[in-house]
Amino acid sequence: MIALVDYGAGNLTSVRKALSALGADFMTPATPDDLQGTRAVIVPGVGHFAATSALDGSWREAIGGAAAAGTPLFGICVGMQWLFEGSDEAPGVAGLGVINGRIARLDGNAEQRLKVPHVGWNALDFTRSARLLRGLDSGAQVYFTHSYAAPVTAECVAATTHANTFAAAVERDNIFGVQFHPEKSGDAGLQILRNFLEIASAGR
Amino acid sequence: MLTKRIIACLDVRDGQVVKGVQFQQLRHAGDPGELARRYNVEGIDEVVILDITATLEKRQALARTIHAVASEIFLPLTVGGGIRSEDDAAAAVDAGADKVSLNTAALRYPDLITILARRYGSQAVIVAIDAKRRDDGFAVYVRSGTTDAARDAVAWAREAESRGAGEILLTSMDRDGTKAGFDCDMTAAVSDAVDIPVIASGGAGTFDHFTDVFTAGHADAALAASIFHYAESSVTDLKRHLRAHGIPVRL
Repeated sequence: MIALVDYGAGNLTSVRKALSALGADFMTPATPDDLQGTRAVIVPGVGHFAATSALDGSWREAIGGAAAAGTPLFGICVGMQWLFEGSDEAPGVAGLGVINGRIARLDGNAEQRLKVPHVGWNALDFTRSARLLRGLDSGAQVYFTHSYAAPVTAECVAATTHANTFAAAVERDNIFGVQFHPEKSGDAGLQILRNFLEIASAGR
Repeated sequence: MLTKRIIACLDVRDGQVVKGVQFQQLRHAGDPGELARRYNVEGIDEVVILDITATLEKRQALARTIHAVASEIFLPLTVGGGIRSEDDAAAAVDAGADKVSLNTAALRYPDLITILARRYGSQAVIVAIDAKRRDDGFAVYVRSGTTDAARDAVAWAREAESRGAGEILLTSMDRDGTKAGFDCDMTAAVSDAVDIPVIASGGAGTFDHFTDVFTAGHADAALAASIFHYAESSVTDLKRHLRAHGIPVRL
């Protein structure tokens, strides 16, 4: 069983539909205790980083504890940003901090008509091989919608360039994250979700 | 590089896709789930469902349509037409919409933009503007194009952005369904005035019209209906054409 954490940050319907289409066995935990014994944890999210403050306290402990015990943890969009230490979007709200670095606002470029928010399909430039990206080629296009992004650090496995280059996907041991929306990225996105489900069923 | 998006619009009445000319003369164009499936295979980037009946009795029919499309394709899905309240938006989102498009209600009750942006994030809120050319600018119309809103499209787009809209869907009423080309001047005027993406709509007839709206029109995305519905042209062929003309697209 996979836990899809609902902390009220936007709409989980799309993620649910995609997981169901892939035949995933998942549930939405009512309390942090329900994370006990789950094979994997998915932290989705759209909208504002401040929404992750709903995870403060016992949720943070339970998710952090599961991750420390080796349970695969997958953050999507704001859920990926939450894996980092914090975000300039909500300076008072701490991230989980399992990945070093801080989320910062994207730059635009008026001359090149690069707007913020970054909305639409953009390419993944693979920076190294990753379990999360199996079956895809560098250059695959995925759907983004965000104004803040993670720096390219050692955990970055795919980078994307708008006005600047940012981390589009991260992976380290049992920690995974994507800035884009795999549940809205057509076949490429479904492949990434399928990869995570395989990692989850392998148990690490 | 961020690609230019091609968006298919399904104008839905009583659960079926229809299409008119300049907001009139509706004709039947197919089943929404079936069309969405075909567009997905052809590489469409997003789908918009516009409910053009939008009476209260039709709400549940609309929810069924949204659910049918959202279960078929894993692409961004927008729902618009008759969304007047937070409850209407919530019903669309619960049925599987990623974004809602506000038109008449946004002008009548602009706070709704902000309320929905706070609840779902700005990325989930599109403000749709239907406009006609006038000597002094671009006049906004509401109530399916029947009522002059006494607003200028550029000023209204700016206000919508400041209130929390995440995208603008700009339809030229002069060009809608005519296949005479997008209104590039109007699209560029709005796109240059805001930082959020602008989706151009109304008038697509040839592949070159899309090239024009992405270059001269400064559009971030282009929406079309008839050109795709009757299988006159495939999305794949359109994207190949755009790529050959230097426009970045997902292929």
